[in-house]
Amino acid sequence: MADVKFTYRDAVAEGIAREMRRDPSVVCLGEDIGAAEGVFKTTVGLFKEFGPGRVWDTPISEQAIVGAAMGAAMTGMRPVAEIMFSDFLACCWDYLANEIPKARYMTGGQVTVPLVVRTANGGGLGFGAQHSQAVENWAFTVPGLKIVAPSTPADVVGLMAAAIRSDDPVVFFEHKALLAGSGPRPPDDHVIELGRAAVVREGTDVTVVALASTVPLSLKAAEQLAGEGISVEVVDLRCLIPLDMRTVLRSLEHTSRLVVVEENPYQGGWGGTVVSVVADEGFEMLDAPIKRVAGANVPLPFADSLEAEVIPTVDKITEAIRRLSVY
Amino acid sequence: MTPEELLDAYAEMVLIRRTERAAHDLFMSGLVKGTTHLAAGHEAVAVGASGALRPDDYVFATYRGHHHALARGATPEECLAELMSRSTGLCQAKGGSMHLTKASSGMLGSYAIVGAHLPMAAGAAWSAKLRGSGQVAVAFFGDGATNIGAFHEALNLAAVWALPVLFVCENNLYMEYTPIEAVTAVPNPAADRAAGYNMPAEIIDGNDVVVVHETVARAAERARKGEGPTLIEAQTYRHFGHSRADPAKYRPADEVERWMKHDPLDVARARLEALGVPPETVADRDRRAAATVDAAIAAAKNAPEPEPALAFTDVWADGGAAWRT
Repeated sequence: MADVKFTYRDAVAEGIAREMRRDPSVVCLGEDIGAAEGVFKTTVGLFKEFGPGRVWDTPISEQAIVGAAMGAAMTGMRPVAEIMFSDFLACCWDYLANEIPKARYMTGGQVTVPLVVRTANGGGLGFGAQHSQAVENWAFTVPGLKIVAPSTPADVVGLMAAAIRSDDPVVFFEHKALLAGSGPRPPDDHVIELGRAAVVREGTDVTVVALASTVPLSLKAAEQLAGEGISVEVVDLRCLIPLDMRTVLRSLEHTSRLVVVEENPYQGGWGGTVVSVVADEGFEMLDAPIKRVAGANVPLPFADSLEAEVIPTVDKITEAIRRLSVY
Repeated sequence: MTPEELLDAYAEMVLIRRTERAAHDLFMSGLVKGTTHLAAGHEAVAVGASGALRPDDYVFATYRGHHHALARGATPEECLAELMSRSTGLCQAKGGSMHLTKASSGMLGSYAIVGAHLPMAAGAAWSAKLRGSGQVAVAFFGDGATNIGAFHEALNLAAVWALPVLFVCENNLYMEYTPIEAVTAVPNPAADRAAGYNMPAEIIDGNDVVVVHETVARAAERARKGEGPTLIEAQTYRHFGHSRADPAKYRPADEVERWMKHDPLDVARARLEALGVPPETVADRDRRAAATVDAAIAAAKNAPEPEPALAFTDVWADGGAAWRT
């Protein structure tokens, strides 16, 4: 079955290709994305199918890549820009912090910036401190950016379609540790509206809110705990902006216990915002304190054994859930 | 330029000069808050370039960008209303002096992070190339932008992709308060870098509207023919300081005097006289510009402040600001 081998990395290329077939204004740019088909092989087949007129190799110039994408987006195109590793977003941060998210607002609505910045995010592959960070919280601090971080191949395709069709700028985090995973190939015209979380496992005792790499970790934890008689509900946020707090709060109505699992650092991580909304609007539903399982407040170390110390693991999640379930 | 075109260009420059003077006076009287970066002295760059472009070409400017908004069709009333935080402002009073934008005529914004808009202009040019529209994009920037990374990344990308983009440096000798020569390894901060990107460059008198017009017309023609980008270093001078009430005391008196004697309005007036345009015709344009700006000041003063709800519009393309369900 071909579907069995439909990987997350295939899904990235497939999601982009579907939109490029549908809409001639969709163009790609980035480092090594053309004939080389991407360092993570997430643009395989695009150059062959669409040619150099729509798939553009760039120099190692992150500011030029994202700045040019912005200029093209303001003038009728729908560019999909790749920043190879999300750590490198820091090299073009001006565009994500000051230019792209503010252009529409500060011009009184005169311009729109319909672009996607795709980037390989997160740890687990032993790339060390400058190629392993989960930095979705960087984007989360900036009003005016939509943020997508899928956990399954089907969601990659559906959310890529929505991101490219969005008239707003979208930062699309592809998790490196998920690239080799596979899942069902979604049907044609599979589009997932931005800002819709998915309840990926139903349960009654504890709600786990997860994103990208922490979704499969949480599902494994839930599976283990089922054997111990603990029923875990797992919510895959899928997007950070728009943030689907309605789904989180609705889940808490029947579990009354919350664990948030995020790979970005505890310090300034997106889970803090999820928790603050729950504290404000869902306090009376809670029967226990809220736990956050998050990246540690240290740079990412190289050795696997050290890296596992500082990012979420199945064991850390099961431990947090166990503690809450007996509170 | 024909005498008629030159007369129109002169009138546009006078309109900009009067608007900048009004912005200065309104700032000093407390009606303009925040800051302003006035372009008085730089008029010939904006007007000369704009006249050489097609109406559908793209322009990107800096926080010193009032002249570019006006040259691309924004009215003094829209600009002054924006500076005075009025709802009738160009950007609904959500942008301010540093972000004047007139997207309907291709003036796609004024950007206040130095150098950031050069890659954007390259991107707009890339878009024009992809669409086969024949449009060009122009990035105007100060001498200070030539030492920031985005400048170099944009020039390289534009050259490698042969993009229809013009990089126009308004070299007014000072990055802010520091002379550009004191912090730059080459004497001509923009033009001397072009060779590194295999890009043609010209150093021109930025205070002569005819020279600017002809240079930009040539560069735009090259770009439209698919021959790639051009860098133009237009030498000019600020009449005011860097921003706000900066008296620019760091500039030597003899330098100031020399440049004030080479004012773009005087240069244009001398050219009009040489072409036989009667002084009364020129004076009539002066009067009309003054009347337009006086009326703009009055209208902006009488315009309403923005509704508070406007703070929560246009974060997103749907007009709203919702970030969660």
